[in-house]
Amino acid sequence: MNAETRNKKYNEYVEAKIPKTKNFPTLINSFWVGGLICVIGQGIQDLLMYLFPTMSLEFAGTWMLIILIVLASLLTGLGIFDKIGVFAGAGTIVPITGFSNSITSAAIEYKKEGIIFGMCAKMFTVAGPVIVNGIAASFIVGIIYIIIGV
Amino acid sequence: MAHRIGKQTIVFDSKPGILGYYSIAGIKEGEGNFKEYFDCILEDDTNGEKTFEHAERKIFIEAINGAIKKSKLTKNSIDMLLSGDLLNQIISASFAARELDLPYVGLYGACSTMAESLAVGATMIESGAAKNVACATGSHFSSAERQYRFPLELGNQRPPTSQWTVTGSGCTILTNRKCPITIASATFGKVVDYGVNDVNDMGAAMAPAAMSTLIAHFVDTNTNPEDYDLIVTGDLGKLGSEILMDLMEHEGYKLGKNYSDCGQMMFDDSQKSFQGASGAGCSAIVLNSYIIKKMLDGEYKRVLFCATGALLSTLSSQQGDTIPGICHLVEIVKE
Repeated sequence: MNAETRNKKYNEYVEAKIPKTKNFPTLINSFWVGGLICVIGQGIQDLLMYLFPTMSLEFAGTWMLIILIVLASLLTGLGIFDKIGVFAGAGTIVPITGFSNSITSAAIEYKKEGIIFGMCAKMFTVAGPVIVNGIAASFIVGIIYIIIGV
Repeated sequence: MAHRIGKQTIVFDSKPGILGYYSIAGIKEGEGNFKEYFDCILEDDTNGEKTFEHAERKIFIEAINGAIKKSKLTKNSIDMLLSGDLLNQIISASFAARELDLPYVGLYGACSTMAESLAVGATMIESGAAKNVACATGSHFSSAERQYRFPLELGNQRPPTSQWTVTGSGCTILTNRKCPITIASATFGKVVDYGVNDVNDMGAAMAPAAMSTLIAHFVDTNTNPEDYDLIVTGDLGKLGSEILMDLMEHEGYKLGKNYSDCGQMMFDDSQKSFQGASGAGCSAIVLNSYIIKKMLDGEYKRVLFCATGALLSTLSSQQGDTIPGICHLVEIVKE
């Protein structure tokens, strides 16, 4: 048996043997935690509009995002967010809280290597791809928007 | 004098002895299955230092000094320090050696370093190049995590195949004097790669290397798994050890109840570490606590200690390379 066939057979064997993530409980947890974060966001927005009746919906939405980002960042610094993340998975990663966590956790982690080349340079090691792809996607959508002209 | 038998095995006629041993374990390890056996359990995983890297080198120094003290030797009587760790440029081992003022050879065998250092150390003693050799290795969960994976506070989930890098360090002092426990032979492993590229499944990547070294040892020494009281691999974890048993059975060697894996045994089920422990410190602290103590008690008389390592780097995995594994083996015997 040559090495290629051997490796292929071995990888098939390993693939069949490895334990799989249990989809049902993990999906349920990420669904309800993710949903709860959205409800909290909506609550913050409604509260802002109630407290400041002149505030526009858009402006309240921006403030709500800032508050969620600060909260997630604070929880990351206190060492609580990663525990929620282990429990909820995508439930906390997909909302803006996950984005906040990815930047704060990297900033805390690499601070020891100095402010400039540690913290500032490596702050976006996890979030970087999200930002790049986000900008690239909005650029493409923008072009489509111009062409279709809606 | 040491002589070579078969293709990969060296037999030590003068039987280099294990004079001293010392193990330091982290908090989580200190709550696991071997808690009664460790010499020291950390109360704080930074060990009073500012960074995890500094903490790692400090436990290195403490393990080496602890083993020298337990051997009733002075530092001056150590001829050689052989050690290595997982961090880039093996900084923990080298920076610890800077403080210790001993002739030093840095080794890198990833998580196989404990067996590698013992095999090299025993060869040095056998050749007369050294009288007393300190063999050490260690790892730290947090320093390994930040080098190989993600920031510690990132809220991501670990896959079910993952393992938990051990915080801990172990040191063994080998000597040319007569001792109750000796190194009888060593089998240096080959680098084996069966094409696994999942960095979260190290057990599967290293199991073929363990198989290769074990079979080489059995063939070279004309022995069988039943001839040993304990055959213990380093950090294959639960899944990796099951794979090794399957692979060995396929080759006609049955690993029975005398087979275990340090990584699989380290934590109990409540500690949620999926496939178990890993890291250079994993096999080091189990050998330098549980295994040697059980051998001194007479429970095990002939042990095969096979530390396994995955020789990858973050760069090699990002470039899509598969994971090469290695396994070095030492045969430890109680007279």
